[in-house]
Amino acid sequence: MSHAPWPRRRFVGALAATAALPAAAQFRVEITGIGGTQIPVAIATFRDETVAPVAVAAVVRADLQRSGLFRIVDVPGSFDESSRINIAEWRGRGADALAVGSVMRLADGRFDVRFKLWDLVKGEELVGQSHVAVAADMRLVSHRIADSIYQNLTGERGVFATRIAYVTKAGPRFQLHVTDADGEGGQIALASPDPIISPAWSPNGRELAYVSFESQKAVVWVQDVQSGQRRMLANFRGSNSAPAWSPDGRDLALTLSRDAVAQIYLMSRDGGAPRRLTQSQAIDTEPVFTPDGRQIYFVSDRGGGPQVYRMPVAGGNAERVTFSGSYNISPAISPDGRVLAFITRQGGAFKLMVQDLSGGGATAITDTTDDESPSFAPNGRLLVYTSRAGGRDVLMTTTLDGRIKSRLLTSGADMREPAWGPFGR
Amino acid sequence: MFRTRHLLSSAAVLAALVLAGCSTTKLDEAPVETRNVPADGSTSSAGTGGAGAAGTAQSGVATVDLSKQGGGAAAGLLAQRTVFFDFDSFVVKDEYRPMLEAHAKALSANRSKRMVLEGHTDERGGREYNLALGQKRAEAVLRTMVLLGVQDSQLEAVSFGEEKPAVQGSDEAAWAKNRRVDLRDK
Repeated sequence: MSHAPWPRRRFVGALAATAALPAAAQFRVEITGIGGTQIPVAIATFRDETVAPVAVAAVVRADLQRSGLFRIVDVPGSFDESSRINIAEWRGRGADALAVGSVMRLADGRFDVRFKLWDLVKGEELVGQSHVAVAADMRLVSHRIADSIYQNLTGERGVFATRIAYVTKAGPRFQLHVTDADGEGGQIALASPDPIISPAWSPNGRELAYVSFESQKAVVWVQDVQSGQRRMLANFRGSNSAPAWSPDGRDLALTLSRDAVAQIYLMSRDGGAPRRLTQSQAIDTEPVFTPDGRQIYFVSDRGGGPQVYRMPVAGGNAERVTFSGSYNISPAISPDGRVLAFITRQGGAFKLMVQDLSGGGATAITDTTDDESPSFAPNGRLLVYTSRAGGRDVLMTTTLDGRIKSRLLTSGADMREPAWGPFGR
Repeated sequence: MFRTRHLLSSAAVLAALVLAGCSTTKLDEAPVETRNVPADGSTSSAGTGGAGAAGTAQSGVATVDLSKQGGGAAAGLLAQRTVFFDFDSFVVKDEYRPMLEAHAKALSANRSKRMVLEGHTDERGGREYNLALGQKRAEAVLRTMVLLGVQDSQLEAVSFGEEKPAVQGSDEAAWAKNRRVDLRDK
């Protein structure tokens, strides 16, 4: 508010300019409550990294910081993977681990990124790697290095090299975006004057199913992300929506209203005749498969208000899963099948909840009131969802205990319908 | 292209809103010619007297407003294309019966004519659940029209859920205008 008018105007102009470009955005971390133990780690700037179009070490540092599990320790001087490391000296700086590396431009124009990770507590080399990649993949290489550090220091797989799909609405334009998990490197998979909802990644991360209203009704499409080739999967009478891939990628569960009320059906990824899975007089929608592919969680208002139920894919009775509150929607199942995330209505507020499926009640993990559309990271440590801030719909991530949140900074568009992609790209 | 079409359809919805707003009182009146006559009647003598010489009479212009006229009551009803719903309700209220009867009659008279019934909800709640709720509203209008004699194959019920609000806003006044089914020719 203390800005002089001219830089502010320039700022607005910059926003307008970026709106036309692939989204320039990044998740910024907001740690709420008392953070748990954080591993102190030093990431040296990679030698000659300015030859590449991406500041490798900065991307790695930001990734690790955003996870909430690391504290970044400053690095004095310059080092690379062949530097002699004085373990005692580094330990004295308060770092438990040190990453060093270099970038070299190859004759064919690609880049060779080498890196080494030192465990300063044990005094040993943990990892030595070389990644050769084209310029367009340098951000991906940086995320893979961050994943390697994360996995070696925590024992779990990192999700920095994964991608998130989401939809923006800016004025009359809708865009389906695919972005790195840090919110950067965004690209537009689909631009439309009509609404787009419910993107869902195929398990191999190559295709996105979604609902587009381009033909003035809800139709389910499947699009190859790399080539942009798309095909209509379900365009039956009435509405076609809520696609969810089976874990083996062969089938999709989806909601069709071809028999009047919205019911859940199963279809081959190649199309063909849908098989009806639910048989109720009520609304059944928002199907999601359990990781073993045997059950489907879904929303039904057969008992009055919408609640989460589950049923065997092979057929059989549905069993109610959520009990508190009169409006529970948008189920997401953690990759290990143990946790259910969903949205509940409390008065006029919509809250993100998590529930241990082995028993126990549901817990709110945000202090916001307009939460929507939770989706689990493939390692199950984080959820991405939307909420409202500053009069706009924004993308948020949170740890399952709600302590560490990050917010994707926007460039003037409403962001909605996030779907976290699988491992492996 | 789309924006133009959208604007036009918004205008049609607005017109329908205006008509819907005054339909009950209007229909109770005898269908009369609606060329506007000044309320105070002060210039009425000017039109009758042929008193060109008297001055002002010849520059009088009578407004013909087609949106308030049309071809009588049925045409007025056919110009109405929106059914509004109460909160959390799928009940087609009795006040929309004359309008739906008029559309049903037109469809029955011409079996090649087709119509899309677009269900909508207000912005509150989940997008997919709202899509299903909007579909339920559209199906309720479809069933009403089938009972009025329209062939099922002439109609398709679809839904936009909360994706295409008729008016922007986050208060009951806006929400009430967005809980609707729009009737569109196909």
